[in-house]
Amino acid sequence: MSDPVLIIPCSGIGKPFGSISREATYCVVEDLKKEETDTLCLSLLVMGDGDAIRSVKSHRCIAVDGCPNECSKKNLELLDAKLVANYRVVDILRDYRHLKPRAITFLDEDGRKLARILAEKITSKIDELNNRGTVS
Amino acid sequence: MSTPPKIGVVSCSGECCVEGTISRIATRFVLEKLRSDNTVTICLPLFSIGEKGERLFAKSSPTIAVDGCDKRCAKNAIEQYSGKTACSIVVSELLKKWSIENTGPRRELSKDGLEAATKVAEKIVAAMDDIFTRGR
Repeated sequence: MSDPVLIIPCSGIGKPFGSISREATYCVVEDLKKEETDTLCLSLLVMGDGDAIRSVKSHRCIAVDGCPNECSKKNLELLDAKLVANYRVVDILRDYRHLKPRAITFLDEDGRKLARILAEKITSKIDELNNRGTVS
Repeated sequence: MSTPPKIGVVSCSGECCVEGTISRIATRFVLEKLRSDNTVTICLPLFSIGEKGERLFAKSSPTIAVDGCDKRCAKNAIEQYSGKTACSIVVSELLKKWSIENTGPRRELSKDGLEAATKVAEKIVAAMDDIFTRGR
């Protein structure tokens, strides 16, 4: 992996949105774009870990936030990271109102569906970034 | 009727490793099942983007940091932005002490991983009871 895109989910644990952002991230980095992506703990960045900060400054990053607080995006901006895109679960939910995720600790079926939809959007963006023609 | 006293339980985000997943799930078990009336969880990155409510709560109420690894991001974040934690739990140290090795992948815990999360949740509850007993 020469130049992985770093997918940084928010850390939300109070609502299903944070769990969906994490599952979408794992879906991208472990299933859909294993060879082209990686992830980092947002809390490491928040606490100023040198290696983590160097990584987000030198690699393209995609922030995946659960709620409008946009902790991932804002923390990446504060660190002057190479932020190339950002997504919010609440925006995806607006487009798929029939899906009603409720479970937080272990995602329910609707939560998993939303995570998959979000993961596919992120994947399209990575293809676009890597000049493969698919535009999200 | 008086409001039940609250303790802030702050889990690290720990998306990178299975210990982070255990810390999040253990925190959710406390919030959902074991001490729902007395627990408030806080998203760790909200501290750093200056969320006043989170910082103020952690300043005025006792907090327990639940970290996946010995970098102790949750403990350090609370102490940097709000004040000393009442208790600090590090999952990797507990797993070593309990000789639990097969916790499963970070995305979905194995049966042993879920048992470990349950034991960590019990540690958090014991710490909460101790805080209530001694006042802070």
